[in-house]
This record gives sequence, structure tokens and C-alpha cells, in this order.
Amino acid sequence: MRVMIGMVLGAMVLGLAFWAYQENYRTRQAQSDVRQIQREIGFLQEQMTVLRAEWAYLNRPERLRALSALNFEKLGLLPMTPEHFGRLDQVAYPPQKPILSAAVPSDADFPAATPEVQP
Amino acid sequence: MTETPRRPLRPLARILRARDKGENPDLIERENLAERHNAMRDRSRRRAEGRILVVGLFFVAAFCTVGVRMSALSTSDPVEPRYSQGGAGITSARADIVDRNGRLLATNVVTQALYAHPNEMVDIPYAAAELGKIFPDIDADALATRLASGRKFVWIRRTLSPEQIQAVHDIGDPGLLFADRDLRLYPNGTLAAHILGGARYGREGVGAAELLGVAGIEKAFDDRLLDPAQHHEPLQLSIDLTVQSTMREVLDGGMRLLGAKGASGVLMDVNTGEIISMVSLPDFDPNHRPQPLVKGDQADSPLFNRAVQGVYELGSVFKIFAVAQAMEEGIVTPTTMVDTQGPMVKGRHKIRDFRNYGPRLSATDVIVKSSNIGTAHLALKIGGQAQREFLGSLGFLDPTPVELIEAPNAKPLLPRNWGEIQSMTISYGHGLSTSPVHLAAGYASLLNGGTKVEPTLLRQSGRTLGPRVVSEQTSKASRDMLRAVVTRGTASFGEVAGYAVGGKTGTADKPKPTGGYYKDRVLATFAGVFPAHDPRYVFVITMDEGHEIVNGKEMRTAGWTAVPVTAELIRRVAPLLGMRPDVESDLQSGLREARNGH
Repeated sequence: MRVMIGMVLGAMVLGLAFWAYQENYRTRQAQSDVRQIQREIGFLQEQMTVLRAEWAYLNRPERLRALSALNFEKLGLLPMTPEHFGRLDQVAYPPQKPILSAAVPSDADFPAATPEVQP
Repeated sequence: MTETPRRPLRPLARILRARDKGENPDLIERENLAERHNAMRDRSRRRAEGRILVVGLFFVAAFCTVGVRMSALSTSDPVEPRYSQGGAGITSARADIVDRNGRLLATNVVTQALYAHPNEMVDIPYAAAELGKIFPDIDADALATRLASGRKFVWIRRTLSPEQIQAVHDIGDPGLLFADRDLRLYPNGTLAAHILGGARYGREGVGAAELLGVAGIEKAFDDRLLDPAQHHEPLQLSIDLTVQSTMREVLDGGMRLLGAKGASGVLMDVNTGEIISMVSLPDFDPNHRPQPLVKGDQADSPLFNRAVQGVYELGSVFKIFAVAQAMEEGIVTPTTMVDTQGPMVKGRHKIRDFRNYGPRLSATDVIVKSSNIGTAHLALKIGGQAQREFLGSLGFLDPTPVELIEAPNAKPLLPRNWGEIQSMTISYGHGLSTSPVHLAAGYASLLNGGTKVEPTLLRQSGRTLGPRVVSEQTSKASRDMLRAVVTRGTASFGEVAGYAVGGKTGTADKPKPTGGYYKDRVLATFAGVFPAHDPRYVFVITMDEGHEIVNGKEMRTAGWTAVPVTAELIRRVAPLLGMRPDVESDLQSGLREARNGH
């Protein structure tokens, strides 16, 4: 009986040692992964700040003003002034069909019904 | 553990003795029973106390562990993941600065610095000559002698562009090395230069270099911007980039047309005190901050922020404060007639008006026609002490709380002795020097309904009501007076259809450094509010030494210089602020206010 217990305990110690060894390596692997990911995050963040800076630089008001002046013929952009505010009823909407005038709906008002296909 | 032998509950000897005496032997049994219970109780209490001690120790240990861990966490520096790790103790991180809509005003970009280990270099003369070709500002011969001088370490350049880095790589010398650097970048160039200030390198190492603010908000918020815990959160200003850009363009154009030496403009939210735009011209590029002037007046340097650092006698724009206080104290109403018979003689001093306006004017017309004599009479009625207190409550006696490193040094210049004469001259804006931001805050406090406004450059989340300065009626009457100045007074060029501009002009002779005033140099100011019936924004525009030739005559008064520029500014800026021109309510405002019982 005592031999049995001793063997079981020995096997357990072996198993635990094996497990601890593996855990140790997995932890180190995870740590190095984290370091790698953090480096990547840092790298991407740096790239992002560069891109943001570039975006801000390219969109600086001075440059946009020069560009809109340069392309005035094509775009016709002017600085915004009070005269540019309009009223809603000044907006030309596409002509709409009167709702109640046509008493009989024509075929064109309904899309052709497609027969359902049974699988 | 050996059990003590149990003592019998009824020891025979005592029982017999008790029986002989005729006592109740049960008492003896109870006595012994009680004794035994006491002993048992003591024993179990000792055991329980021991257990409590152990559990207590366990908890103390547990709390200690938690506490130690917490203090370790709170004292350690928070770390953001970074591509390149900085040198020991040097952090180059610095938070971004953005405008009120989140558009970038200042950020960091990574670049490289160039240094050399001369002892590892292969061909020093060739490398020096090549470096001289890449960087035209480097003297190749001087660099060669510096490299050959036997030093182990030589800094060559602080920042390099990617092309330059490639060119240095192409030299192929193993002794030329690169160090990581953060570069503070202001993508909008000169825009908001005075607000941002600029940055410089602090401690430098091979791995990283500290970035420190040199002026403006960069220096004022150095701790906040350098704090690693707040690094990912940009500092949000109240500035609107689009408005700022438009204001700079308009002021720059106005300055050129009028031949002015300088100009400044402040646009402030009337309720929150947020500075939407603040321009001072001439300005500079914070990416290449110029050196301060070594001689001459620092106020002429482009680094000088006229809106915050410049304290000037701003002239007639102060008149509205004298009239408002007189109304607040019940001395006058807008229609009360005020004595304007000139010239007014007081001791050695003589006060004149620009023109003679006759013997009397109504209080409104004192403002509309800008009568020095009228406000001087009101100042006499108010009294110097009350005037001082009133101007103090509007913030004119202390530096502004604007979040710029320059602001606390811009102290208003007060007269040493606030006598009757001083009180009279201050009523029309002479003898008290303040910055345009002071004036903007004062106008905002007076015109927003009468509650104090503190100017700020940081975006505010909502309106906080300051202490009351004047009543709502006084505020409204002041706005109506300023509106009348534009509709039929000195600022008639300031009318912008639909925005109901109200404002007061001021044309102050500039003081000579030697004492006295220049005859032909003026500082023209236009300060006011729009829309006058529903105040949203206050503005203060100044033009330094501008003039306009009209019919062959040189006009220097603000009505001809600062006012037209301001009108153009409002015409351009108000739509950007999302304000529709509102023609009807301007005309009907009197009716509507009466109906609402104001």
C-alpha cells in the first residue's frame, strides 16, 4: 500500500514538474508576444501620428484656400458669406407627381411582380 | 495534553459537614458546577482569542499585500507602447493640441538626429565634405576639424528629413549614427502661432530628447502635456481653426490696405468666455520660432502677442463702462441729458471733444457721438472709488486668467493716484492701459446680460454663470447704445446686414516712450458684440498706426480703419459660426423685448 502511495506521489510530482516546465515556457512566449505586439502598436501609433500630421498639413486652411483659388474655374468656390444662406423653399426639388390626380393607377406605377421560385 | 482530574461536584467531606450544620448540600454542588463552567468558559475564550488573532494576522497580511501592490502601481509611471524605447528617464512623449472641433494644431512626429563617433569613422574629410553637401548650413571644414579633434562623440544635427537620412546612409560611414527624436510639428504654420508658442528640446540623449514648451499654451500646460497618464488625450482649445484662419486673412488684408504696423483681433463667446479666435499680426512660424529681438522695442517683435501681452490705452471703447455704471447706479437713463459743453476745464487739465457737440447730449448720444466731456461728467458723478470697484469687477485691474504663460505678466497699468482727473480720463479710456483680451472679457461681462465672464482658451463644456456685474436692464441698454453707434454713429461702416452689429470705436493717441503722446500715431480699436439683440460673440479689433486716404485727406480714426475691417470680418466669420443673417428680428427686436416684459 505504502509503495503504491509512494509511486502515485512520485508520478504526481513528475506530472507537476512537467506542467510547470511547460507553463514557464508558455509564459515566456506570451511575454515575448506581448512585447512584440506592443512594439507593433507603438509602430502603428507612430505611423498614425505621422499620417495625422500629414493630413493636418495637407488640409491646412492656407493650402485649401490656395487650391480653391487655383481651381476656381472648375469648382467656383467662394468664401462663405451671409448671402449664401438660403431658405428651404428656394431649393429646386425635382418635380413630383401629384398624389391624387391620377384616378386609375397605370401599370408603370407598379413594378412587374416576379413569380416566386420554389426550391 | 493531560486532563486535570475532574473535581467531584459533591465532595463527600463538605457535604457531610454541611449536613451536620443543617445547610443545603445542593448549594455546594451548584457552587462547584459554577466553578467548573467558569473554567470551561475561560478555556474556550482563550482558544477563540487565539483563533481571532490568527485570522486577524491573516487579514493584516492580505491587506498589506493589496496595499503594497496598490502603492507600487500608483507610483510606477504609466507606459504607452512605443516603437522606440527612450533613454533612461527621458521621455519625449508630448500630448497633441487640437482645436474645438478636434483639428490638429500641434503634434509630435518621429525623426532622427545625427551624431558621430569619430573614432569609428573611416574617412573623416570625405564624410565631412559630403555632409556639407547635404546640409548647406553646415561648414564642412569646421565640421572636419571638430570630428578630427579627438572627441569620442559629436552631435551633428538635431532633426533630419527622410531624404536627408537616406543621403547620410549613402555616405556609408559606420561612424555616423542616428538617434531617435520627436519633433514638435505645427501643421498649420503661422496660424495661432501666438497661442501655441513653440517647443524646444530639453534634456537630450541618444535614445530620446525631452520636448519642452517655450511660450504660449505649450509652456503654460507643460506639465499636462508631458504627463504620461494624459498623453493619449489631446489638449482641446476653444479656438476654431477655420475662424482663426479667416480672421488672420481678413486682418492681414486690412493691415496691408491701411498700411498698419500691427493688428490684433479677439473673438470671444459672450457667455462662456471661450476665445474662438485670437490673432496678433505680425506673427511667426512656431516650427521655426525666431529669436527675440536683441535691440529695440520687444513690442515690435513678431513674437509679441498684441492681444494678450500688449497693454494699451484703448481710448473711447471704455466710454460704455462709464455710461453703464451711471445707468446701473441710477444716475442716468439712456435718455437723460448730459452736459457736454466744452472745453471742460478741471485744474490744469482741459478736456475737449473731437468736435463740439453742443451744450447737452442724451446719454445714448454721448456714446453714439463719443463725447469725452460727457463721460467725464458722468465719471465725476460716479466717483473714483466706485469707478475703480466697477472696473475691478469687470477684471480690468488684474492680469487676465487666459491660459498663456505670457498672461500673468500682462498687468494692466493703473494710475498711481486714482484722483478726479484720472477718473475722468479713464472714463474715456486714457490713463488705464489694458490688453485687448481684458477689453473683450469686459465687454462680454457687460453685454451678455450682466454676469462676469472669465476669458479662457480651453474648450468649455457648458455655461457657468459668473457673479452678476450689472443688471439685465443695464446690459440691454448698453447693447442698444452700442447698436446705435453702428446704425447712426461713429461706426457706420460696421453695419453687416442681418447680424445687428453693435460696437464702440476708440482712437487712442499712442504714448511716446519719452512721455506725452504722438500727434500722428494712433491705435484704432473697434470693440463690440453681435447680434446686439441676442448677444452671441464679442470682438475686439485693433489696428496699430493704420490710416486711410479719403478725398486726399488722411483718416486715422477707428471708424475709417478698424471698423471696415471688422465689418468684413463679421461678414466672413458669422456664417462660419453657423449664424444665419437675421434681418427681421433685428427690426422687430424692440417689439419682442417689450412683449416679453424686459
